[in-house]
Amino acid sequence: MIPGPFTYHRPASIEEAVGLLVSLGEESRPLAGGQSLIPMMKLRMATPEHLVDLGGVAGLKGIDVEPGGIRIGAAVTQAQVIGSALIADRLPILRDAALQIADPQVRTRGTIGGNVANGDPGNDMPAVMQCLGASYVLAGPSGERSVAARDFYLGPYFTLLEPGELLVAVRIPLPSAGHGQAYEKLKRKIGDYATAAAAVILSATAGRIATASIALTNVAPTPLLAEEAARLVVGTSLDAATLKAASAAAKAIADPAADGRGTAEYRREMAGVMVARALVKAFGRVKGA
Amino acid sequence: MNDMTPTRAEREARLEGMGCKRKRVEDVRFTQGKGNYVDDIKLPGMLHGDFVRSQFGHARIKKIDASKALALPGVLAVITAEELKPLGLHWMPTLAGDVQAVLADGKVCFQNQEIAFVVAENRYITDDALQLIEVEYEELPVIVDPFKSMAPDAPVLRPDLDGKTTGAHGARKHHNHIFEWSVGDKAATDEAFAQAEITVNHLISYHRTHPSPLETCQAIASFDKVKGELTVYGTFQAPHVIRTVASLLSKIPEHKIHVVSPDIGGGFGNKVGAYSGYICAIVASIVTGRPVKWVEDRMENLSTTSFARDYHMTAELAATRDGRVTGLRVHVLADHGAFDACADPSKWPAGFFNIVTGSYDFPVAHLSVDGVYTNKAPGGVAYRCSFRVTEAAYCIERSMDILAQKLGMDPADLRMKNFIRREQFPYQSALGWEYDSGDYHLALQKAMDTVGYRQLRAEQAAKREAFKRGETRDLMGIGVSFFTEIVGAGPSKNCDILGVAMFDSAEIRIHPTGSIIARMGSKSQGQGHETTWAQIIATELGIPADDIMIEEGNTDTAPYGLGTYGSRSTPVAGAAIAMAARKIKNKAQMIAAHLLEVSEYDLEWDIDGFRVKGNPERAKTMKEIAWAAYNAPPPGLEPGLEAVNYYDPPNMTYPFGAYICVMDIDVDTGVAKIRRFYALDDCGTRINPMIIEGQVHGGLTEAFAIAMGQEIKYDEIGNVMGASFMDFFLPTAVETPHWETDFTVTPSPHHPIGAKGVGESPNVGGVPAFSNAVNDAFGFLGSTHIQMPHDAWRLWEAARRLGV
Ligand SMILES: Cc1cc2nc3c(=O)[nH]c(=O)nc-3n(C[C@H](O)[C@H](O)[C@H](O)COP(=O)(O)OP(=O)(O)OC[C@H]3O[C@@H](n4cnc5c(N)ncnc54)[C@H](O)[C@@H]3O)c2cc1C
Repeated sequence: MIPGPFTYHRPASIEEAVGLLVSLGEESRPLAGGQSLIPMMKLRMATPEHLVDLGGVAGLKGIDVEPGGIRIGAAVTQAQVIGSALIADRLPILRDAALQIADPQVRTRGTIGGNVANGDPGNDMPAVMQCLGASYVLAGPSGERSVAARDFYLGPYFTLLEPGELLVAVRIPLPSAGHGQAYEKLKRKIGDYATAAAAVILSATAGRIATASIALTNVAPTPLLAEEAARLVVGTSLDAATLKAASAAAKAIADPAADGRGTAEYRREMAGVMVARALVKAFGRVKGA
Repeated sequence: MNDMTPTRAEREARLEGMGCKRKRVEDVRFTQGKGNYVDDIKLPGMLHGDFVRSQFGHARIKKIDASKALALPGVLAVITAEELKPLGLHWMPTLAGDVQAVLADGKVCFQNQEIAFVVAENRYITDDALQLIEVEYEELPVIVDPFKSMAPDAPVLRPDLDGKTTGAHGARKHHNHIFEWSVGDKAATDEAFAQAEITVNHLISYHRTHPSPLETCQAIASFDKVKGELTVYGTFQAPHVIRTVASLLSKIPEHKIHVVSPDIGGGFGNKVGAYSGYICAIVASIVTGRPVKWVEDRMENLSTTSFARDYHMTAELAATRDGRVTGLRVHVLADHGAFDACADPSKWPAGFFNIVTGSYDFPVAHLSVDGVYTNKAPGGVAYRCSFRVTEAAYCIERSMDILAQKLGMDPADLRMKNFIRREQFPYQSALGWEYDSGDYHLALQKAMDTVGYRQLRAEQAAKREAFKRGETRDLMGIGVSFFTEIVGAGPSKNCDILGVAMFDSAEIRIHPTGSIIARMGSKSQGQGHETTWAQIIATELGIPADDIMIEEGNTDTAPYGLGTYGSRSTPVAGAAIAMAARKIKNKAQMIAAHLLEVSEYDLEWDIDGFRVKGNPERAKTMKEIAWAAYNAPPPGLEPGLEAVNYYDPPNMTYPFGAYICVMDIDVDTGVAKIRRFYALDDCGTRINPMIIEGQVHGGLTEAFAIAMGQEIKYDEIGNVMGASFMDFFLPTAVETPHWETDFTVTPSPHHPIGAKGVGESPNVGGVPAFSNAVNDAFGFLGSTHIQMPHDAWRLWEAARRLGV
């Protein structure tokens, strides 16, 4: 449980960090909160020769309102997300999800940027970002680009992030007031990744669901946007048959592996249960419908 | 007398003796982060050692190439079995009469088995060097399922035992068989079953788990070549035994070995045995001439040093139709892993599993146990229980529930009907134990009354109807467990470890000013000995507990003892301390008589000193007596005031308790919520009620973990799964239920202060309470027994199997 040798770098700006990542090449890795990377290094499952610490990089902090949404700096910690009044008010799902991540110690160091850039299917924020239709701002040697969270994940630890690129912020379009949001996560204990989890955001008019977005955590090699399940609930008032159909649609796209949390079959079933429970909760939270 | 004279109650309170909720004195340092653990010790020039471990569960080692590692700057040595062979240290004897490879000798028998020991200047270099050692393996077929161990064509796991048809405990039936142990009257038991009106028969498995103390196993060895002396600091629950073993193995005379157990961060049985790490650290220190530290990481701890349980118990009960048990028959298949390294008293290959008759008056019983080898880590330690007692309690308590279900009887009523009655003590059990004391009916009745047992059953009946009507997806379970432990190993007539009788010891020395240092053969790992031992002395000798210092763990200064495990400290060392105190008290009485110029017989003890009978104004406090012992002893009497006692207990002690668990299981996710847990413990005389409560809380939390998910699992090819705290269930404050504790007091008649021990009761009694609650929840759907652990996915599968 001792990491291999590495060189430590502490750039002060995004440009400098990107420059280092480009010049140091494949064997360099950004270090954010270190709550995923350092455990992997201790197990020697990751053996980067260079760590580029983002802790001193200006311009990665802050939760700011911008036209049409909010922008969360990559280095904002999960604890800061939990503590933000703006997020509690407008994006309670982010707060709910952050509260379900690990424990207070991990959340104090772990960052939003690290959580979404990591590419571990167990991370909770990626599905939430897909559910919200968020996009990631990536800075590279040839400037900035924006990638949708829904397109970003290719496989375990495999994303659209190019070598030399840094994720600098997450931009989230704000759902209009009155949306119901919920994140339901089944886990064995504090500090555990999800057996299965579901993010739901919906709006309703006259007691019927008008729009819905559903995404799943840790039941496939990547987070999953459950489009069919979402389509099935729109126009309904979430009767038992609809819940069952939506669950079934979510289960149909889930492809979990067996692990200590249960068999593949159990975890797939739980994806369905979490979707149903998140739907009910989110529907109950819709205001003014 | 005047207003300033303290009242008797005040004098007594000042002592903080037995019965006082005295705050733990060790917590002053622990809560400030000022404990001194092995890993806090840094000796000048200290090196760090770590193991290359086997990737495979079973393989021949074709080649070990350490050349690249040895070329790494900062690496001092790489030790393999080849290096240990000339010293005769490549194998070591186990406590169970088997041998274990210190470093793999041509073959590995379990994943993560120790292959080579790398010693370097610091931990970073050590770990870098580990990556550079190349081991060439040839994989061999693996056995992880004990039920397949004794198949005729099963691979030979231990070629070193080739041709050995007898082991330490008699005949071996198969090349992977270790021992068969049986006890009880087989013919009479078979007859009871032949005559029985009703019988039940179930395979009840108690899965493999691990004691998982927060501090892992660690040691620092420092060999002084000039003096020929060896000092070993280690996380040893039994430091004296470790010294004896180290001397026997290394041939260093025992007086030239200094073993020190500093503060220990939990043991739970994990730190009783002798491990390769200790031996390799010692050898490495001898080889390099420098101190060598070895510290296990979490994965190593969970996957190599000492698993617990892995007992597969086929239990049968014979009974009359109205619920009187007429016989018990149990067969156990015991998975001991690759080497038999169980830490039991030497003559007890299945520990005290023959307590499996539990709290009941069974006329006849028969038990047989077969121990087998598999390609899993060795161990089989008593994880917070006396030897195999928690397995036994689980076996009988689950069986009683299964029988109650078949009889259509309430499980509490079935227990009441079969309990040993108060007037039957001392009670001879069908499997050979003499239970010292108990009042089981009183304890269970109190438990049932407190929780409102009959109302809970009524609520459950209503919930079941609601479930059937589809109005709820929760199942309510009520688990009753009534356990009797056997602790305090033990009387020399039946207990020894490697030939050393299992006594324990205390040495008390009163200083001239009346303060005390007492040294013990036991070793606290969190039990609070520094607090409670002082309380016993305070009551016995009338010196305030705050004026008494307790020291344990240094073999140079402490009297020889067998250490702390199996709830033996209070029954054995606690008795030794009372007896040593009484020796001092006798001498003190002579001194007091001299000071007061009366006959010894004219004196009586009064809280904190002696007074003249009928003339209480004339008295000498223990403090005054202590001063006189050094300055004016009676003519002819040796000065000083100290005593040593080695206590060989006449019998074990038999703590018992009644636990009731209420839970609700969500059948859609399999998640169980503990609604209520009530634990009544009877541990005889209660020394410190606060510490007892703390012990019960800790033990129940472990029991909860074990029953509800804590597990060391292997896949089919011998990979150990989930050996980290991500998967291995160690509950945090969030998962831990609220515990309600209660007690009755039935002192042990043979123990000097009547105390029985409590540290392990909650683990022993807790596991069946949780499991019985789970099984009770599903019972009405037609299920009789669901195997542990009861984690969510398994409960969900159970629900699905039952069609809900
Ligand atoms: C005990 C424990 C339990 C946990 N449980 C959960 C859980 O339930 N749910 C959950 O979601 N997470 C969990 N985590 C992980 C935690 O949330 C991490 O903090 C998070 O996954 C990574 O964030 P970090 O800031 O720590 O990133 P780091 O560990 O520093 O980095 C993670 C990876 O992302 C890369 N990276 C980091 N920042 C950037 C960036 N700005 N641009 C490009 N690449 C970047 C790094 O190079 C690295 O590859 C747990 C962690 C622990 C230790």
